[in-house]
Amino acid sequence: MKAPILKTLFGKAEVAPPPDIEAAALRSDRFRLEREHDWRRLEDIVARMEKGRLRGLSDEDVLALPALYRTAASSLAVARETSLDAATLEYLDSLVQRAWFQVYGPRQGFVAWLRGFLGGGLSRAIRAIWLDICIALAVTVAGTITGWLLVAQDREWYYAFVPAQLADTRVPGASREVLLESLQVEKDAQGLSAFAAFLFSNNAGVAILAFALGFAFGIPSLMLLIHNMAMLGAILWLYADAGLTLEFAAWLSVHGTTELFAILLAGAAGMHIGRSMAFPGNRSILAAAAESGRRGAQVMVGVVLMLVAAALLEAFPRQLLGMEGRLIIGCVMLLFWLAYFFAFGRERKGDPA
Amino acid sequence: MSVQAAPHLAHRARRRRDVVTPEGIALPFTVASRSARAGALLIDLTLIFVTSVVVTLALIWIAGGLFRTGGVAGDTSGAIEFIAVFWTLFWFLLWNGYFMIMEMGPRGATFGKRAAGIRVASREGGRLTPEAVVARNLLRDIELFLPFVFLMSAPSGETGAAGIAAAAWFLVFLLFPFFNRDALRAGDLIAGTWVVEAPRAALAGALSTEGAAREGASALTGAEYRFGEAELAIYGEYELQTLERVLRDGRPEALESVHQAICRKIGWNPGSGDERAFLEAFYAQLRARLESDMRFGKRKADKFS
Repeated sequence: MKAPILKTLFGKAEVAPPPDIEAAALRSDRFRLEREHDWRRLEDIVARMEKGRLRGLSDEDVLALPALYRTAASSLAVARETSLDAATLEYLDSLVQRAWFQVYGPRQGFVAWLRGFLGGGLSRAIRAIWLDICIALAVTVAGTITGWLLVAQDREWYYAFVPAQLADTRVPGASREVLLESLQVEKDAQGLSAFAAFLFSNNAGVAILAFALGFAFGIPSLMLLIHNMAMLGAILWLYADAGLTLEFAAWLSVHGTTELFAILLAGAAGMHIGRSMAFPGNRSILAAAAESGRRGAQVMVGVVLMLVAAALLEAFPRQLLGMEGRLIIGCVMLLFWLAYFFAFGRERKGDPA
Repeated sequence: MSVQAAPHLAHRARRRRDVVTPEGIALPFTVASRSARAGALLIDLTLIFVTSVVVTLALIWIAGGLFRTGGVAGDTSGAIEFIAVFWTLFWFLLWNGYFMIMEMGPRGATFGKRAAGIRVASREGGRLTPEAVVARNLLRDIELFLPFVFLMSAPSGETGAAGIAAAAWFLVFLLFPFFNRDALRAGDLIAGTWVVEAPRAALAGALSTEGAAREGASALTGAEYRFGEAELAIYGEYELQTLERVLRDGRPEALESVHQAICRKIGWNPGSGDERAFLEAFYAQLRARLESDMRFGKRKADKFS
């Protein structure tokens, strides 16, 4: 809307002259002119908060904000019943809404949130979905066993589970030497950080997918878990057949305890959403979905952090260390995650939750 | 606030929801239109695309420079590797972090949403928490990319009936906002958020402090405009607010035609040259009348009521 005359009168740069309240012919305009000063002050504070310039706010401004917000809100309520000035009503609507977002806005920035998240929020969210983790774990184990048994019965299944580009030299009938070669220690660290970055971005994508698919009542998440675990079971059988079980376990466990755990959690978080939408209990489906979705999102941030760790472990210690080193690191990581998730950050008894 | 009969506002009234704030004020929100959201998404995707192309080109240029200057391959491979790592992580962060970090900020909106005048808000009137922002953005992949991937691959017939079924299945997520009243997408559903309009109106001047509205007489001709009860009774709030817009816009041709229409309606002889003063006086007196009726609980939505 263009109002050239009015713009110069109420331009931002100039100090607004005290409004000539008596001059207004209408009662509703007098009402407005009497309160206009407070509205403008509120708008100024809100505009600065929206730009994130909190340091520029004086103490008086911060103290005045709630009071100004309430004044504006009550002005809006009165104006709706007494004024027909559409421009003023529109302005007040938008001002009260903007102020509301700031007054009730996030009280903590990203850093403060991250600190609270790592210092207990993540652990609590993971403990809250324990049932889904148990289900996902059962599915994982079942998937691995299925993969193993099927391949043990009929080798053709191996090609159904393991895609060709992944299988490479690891195919049924390969000699022990060839298989051992695939578990070998690399000579130097060249190229490994690029490998780590690739692994991370690939695995994080898969984990996010497992989570997002949980929205469809959790079924696709479970299918994704079963498929991946059947592949693992098939490869496990291959190495066990060649008598390399321990070597393969060590090779896998360096990063696998972290990575498989993370994917397990992602599937569990997805299933948590699906399960709470299928069985919302006394809540509405929307409320149940929102509650579990936020909890699942916290778990997912944890999953992404775990995958960063997994990728680093996969690229460096796995390729550079021998069998014992790999096993030790794998076990330590598993213990670390278990302790962090299930023992850390519990509320003491008597604390209000 | 039942008086929203104005036809040009009817489509907005359908999208209006009152959220009761913790202190008991009913705050009106307007659910953002699907087209505004699609537009915002397009702007954001364009920004992401342009940024990643620029960064990729810059990295290629740097890598090219390394090849030219570094003679031995072994010297530069570390730097090349660093560039590869940087690019992979950059892409992941840009794709997943852009929406999240922008929406966690005090304005709750990405650049695209800001341009479209919309923002993310919590559905039940509480705070917009970081978890909610994370949750709503994690679902973007199945809402946007998988549908497109499957839609591209399904018609080719390579994936067979399963591909078509998958495409239909993911299409449900893509079209989710069209199946509910609040235009929630799947991510909004699980995060407990919605996208609302975030108007940023500036305070316009008070119309009754100036000109003929105040004096009742034209500064130009000195003519005094007084309207009787019957003349003011023909219009309602909708016409008043239309007249307000015309006065605030101040386009001469609009002033002229409105002036003629009102004169015709109330049976005056339309002169010319003093339209603004006439309209200002008419506006002030009509509004005074409607507002005083309003204080007694009588409201007149438009000329038909």
